[in-house]
Amino acid sequence: MALLDFFKQRKSNSAALAKERLQILVAHDRRGGGPSYLPQLQRDLLAVIRKYVAVDSDAVSVNVERDGAQEILELNIILPE
Amino acid sequence: MARVIVVTSGKGGVGKTTTSAAFAMGLAERGFRTVVIDFDVGLRNLDLIMGCERRVVYDFVNVIQGDANVGQALIKDKRNPNLFVLPASQTRDKDALTVEGVGKVLEELGREFEFIVCDSPAGIERGATMAMYYADDAIVVTNPEVSSVRDSDRMIGILSSKSRRAEQNMEGIREFLLVTRYSPERVKRGEMLALEDVQEILSLDLIGVIPESTAVLNASNAGVPVILDRESSAGQAYSDMVARYLGEDLPHRFLSTEKKGLFGRLFRG
Ligand SMILES: Nc1ncnc2c1ncn2[C@@H]1O[C@H](COP(=O)(O)OP(=O)(O)O)[C@@H](O)[C@H]1O
Ligand SMILES: [Mg+2]
Repeated sequence: MALLDFFKQRKSNSAALAKERLQILVAHDRRGGGPSYLPQLQRDLLAVIRKYVAVDSDAVSVNVERDGAQEILELNIILPE
Repeated sequence: MARVIVVTSGKGGVGKTTTSAAFAMGLAERGFRTVVIDFDVGLRNLDLIMGCERRVVYDFVNVIQGDANVGQALIKDKRNPNLFVLPASQTRDKDALTVEGVGKVLEELGREFEFIVCDSPAGIERGATMAMYYADDAIVVTNPEVSSVRDSDRMIGILSSKSRRAEQNMEGIREFLLVTRYSPERVKRGEMLALEDVQEILSLDLIGVIPESTAVLNASNAGVPVILDRESSAGQAYSDMVARYLGEDLPHRFLSTEKKGLFGRLFRG
């Protein structure tokens, strides 16, 4: 019985694999958003723009793209119609 | 001022609407004046799960756009006088939800209610970000499965950067993990991520574990929040979750596969 259980478990321990893949993926996602100052930069920009135009909180997006040795800071601001 | 709770996840189909209905009913049963809002504009179904779909006249978007007032759109639950539903619209598009519009409606509801439960749509776009924007607390609904855990992790990141509390440098949203559709049998067989694994990856306070249960489908067929099915494991797990939210310290149940003896069969069903 115990031996049987052992083989059964070996055969379908996909949960262990899932955990391993997730740990790497999540660590990458958490790093992946670019430099850590981006969220604050985005908030500051939003505050400045709101001095002049009433925009939604998701109107400003900030991204860093890497192009060879160059880093490009990309800003996207959507104004209301 | 009311406490605003968002039920969120990133991924669809994990149990947000089931949870919103059960949680809101549970709070109402404890005597709190509670309203549950459907933020899934275009794909509403909270009204179905609550069993009030035939009484929808005006919806959330009507109120935001000034076509109706809050009182006209709220649907009073037939089972519990403390509970109200604010349905989503079936047709309009998500851009109708704006920070200002949602804020006004929540402010008005906040004068009448003690708890405002926001049922978030899937995804990380407007509907979902609007549902969490004003939240004080978040219930992150997660299935023990790779894509759900990953999406929950992303949602946790968004909660801590794109909410009002984050933008105004207030104390952060209180976040709780709710694991749903948990199957101890499959965990034992090594087919499903164990609770400890999900907790380890997401590192949030665990507010409850809802087992996979046929009672959930039966409840949604009937339009009755599953928490009212007191015999069912899922119903009991949701009651525990409400109690924990309100500060009670209860051990988690339905986590193991222990064989039901005669006694268990008689009393658990
Ligand atoms: N604990 C559970 N056991 C069994 N089925 C469940 C459970 N929780 C949710 N479901 C089912 O999963 C599906 C999606 O649930 P729903 O609450 O609509 O998810 P969401 O709002 O996150 O899209 C529904 O068919 C529901 O009946
Ligand atoms: Mg839903």
